Amino acid sequence: MSRSPLPYNPKILELFRNPKNLGRMDDATVSAVAGNPSCGDMITFYLKIDEEKEVIVKASFESYGCAANIATSSILTEMVTGKSLEEAWQTSWKTVAKEVGGLPNVKFHCGILAVGALRRAIRQYYRIKGKKPEWLPEEQTFEEKQALEEEELAEMLSKRVSLPESEE
Amino acid sequence: MVESVRELIKAHADVRKEVYLDIENSAPVPEEVVNEMLPYFNKKAYGNPTLTHKLGWEAYETIILSAKKVGEHIGVESPEEINFTPGETEANNLAILGTCMSRRNNGRKVVISEIEPLSIINVCKMLENYGFKVEKVQVDKEGFIKIEKLKEKVDKNTVLASFSLVNNEIGTVQPIKEVFETVKDINSNTIFHIDLSDSYGRISFDVKKIPVELATLSSYKILGPRGVGALYVKEGLKIERILEGQIGTQKLWPGIENTPAIVGFAKASELAFENFEDNVNNMRKLRDRLIEGILNNIEETILNGPRENRSPDNVNISFLKCEGESLTIELSLKGVYVSSGSACTRRVLQPSHVLTAIGRKYEEAHGSILMKVTRYHSMEDIEYVLKVLPEAVNRLRTIYGSMGG
Repeated sequence: MSRSPLPYNPKILELFRNPKNLGRMDDATVSAVAGNPSCGDMITFYLKIDEEKEVIVKASFESYGCAANIATSSILTEMVTGKSLEEAWQTSWKTVAKEVGGLPNVKFHCGILAVGALRRAIRQYYRIKGKKPEWLPEEQTFEEKQALEEEELAEMLSKRVSLPESEE
Repeated sequence: MVESVRELIKAHADVRKEVYLDIENSAPVPEEVVNEMLPYFNKKAYGNPTLTHKLGWEAYETIILSAKKVGEHIGVESPEEINFTPGETEANNLAILGTCMSRRNNGRKVVISEIEPLSIINVCKMLENYGFKVEKVQVDKEGFIKIEKLKEKVDKNTVLASFSLVNNEIGTVQPIKEVFETVKDINSNTIFHIDLSDSYGRISFDVKKIPVELATLSSYKILGPRGVGALYVKEGLKIERILEGQIGTQKLWPGIENTPAIVGFAKASELAFENFEDNVNNMRKLRDRLIEGILNNIEETILNGPRENRSPDNVNISFLKCEGESLTIELSLKGVYVSSGSACTRRVLQPSHVLTAIGRKYEEAHGSILMKVTRYHSMEDIEYVLKVLPEAVNRLRTIYGSMGG
């Protein structure tokens, strides 16, 4: 319950002010959410995919969260546009953190959540297509697991807190 | 890290108008207070108040007079009963640990409320590791202590009860006479500590009318300097020191007295209580305009804490679909400085324990903003805040977009 200094990199402030590829994409091929409002962190990732080449032609996001959440989501949309799904999948949260000029320790999870949302969207795409390329791991990756853990933890904590209220 | 902060400040750039409302977390010290303090650094009374030379005697006199000035606003007659500490965190720790250590043979139970500040909650958590039982009394949806629950918690083993007169986050003014009498009716030996950090200078309190044994006072929350606070300890009450070292004029806090800060604290008290009624009425007017301006003009907002029996300075509002840390940054870019109860401004995933205790859902607590007005704010300041807030909230809600339907 302590506070921590948040010396954000100026690049995060810039992306917070002027996020790129912001907003819902109505003609998206696929979309996915990571986090939820009770985490205080939620990202929706939209992808427009060239299905023949399996290349991301357009990416956009919506976000509920801190400046780091907005900045990492924004930069990730830029990083994956024009990439094949396989290349996009390889983007790790550490690369994202590096691209925004570094994240304070307590904000690592923002980068992780952004990558988690992207990978969920890619998985979702192949689930709909009913196929599984060789490079797509069966097992959930670190970022996906972390996103899930954060969602479950917030769910659990918020339930525990609201218990005495619902008793009455 | 330091370089990156410098770059960040440069990138933030200057703003045309600034309104600082983050009084909860630190505050600007008025010029008059600073001027009062300055001579005590190197012109006079800079000696050690326990030493036998002129500058020591000057310091001794200064500290005793300051204690008198600070104490008189809460009905304290003897300056000996005012113990200066380095802040209200230290005063609260001293009150809790000092009492429990000295009374550990009388019982091992402490009663607090679930919305006390962390300088109470966390030190109580520590006590639990040493065999004490800490009971937290529930509060209602506006943060008022549930008296019937309080009755269930206090018993013959309760050595200490500790409550704030005003909650630091949501401004709830407790029915303190009733709380005090409830505790004392069940166990007259229970020591009663009151944290006045958020009420001193805003809500009247008199130790002669409600004879608590211990009371915490904060300097920075009445715009005095940081680095000083005080604990009132009723004459005759024995509590133990929690630090040891060279004992000077402050019997419960070893080390060399911080004379300039103590002088500043006394001056800030004087200013807060000069024209007390006018000051408070003015703050209340600004507070009400801010609350109404937000609730009436911005959709999906919730006031945290009560409308009636609310501290005259406190505004705490949740903005749904708008994360608090982002909002503090967005407002900062517009020159308005506030804080949030969001988990994002903290190390852990949980938002403010006060907001969850009054039944706010996590997503409501994450979007909370805390603002406090002072007698130095003007209606023009408040109107400026009301002008930029909707823009800030709207932009963040655009980023939130269509999520959640």
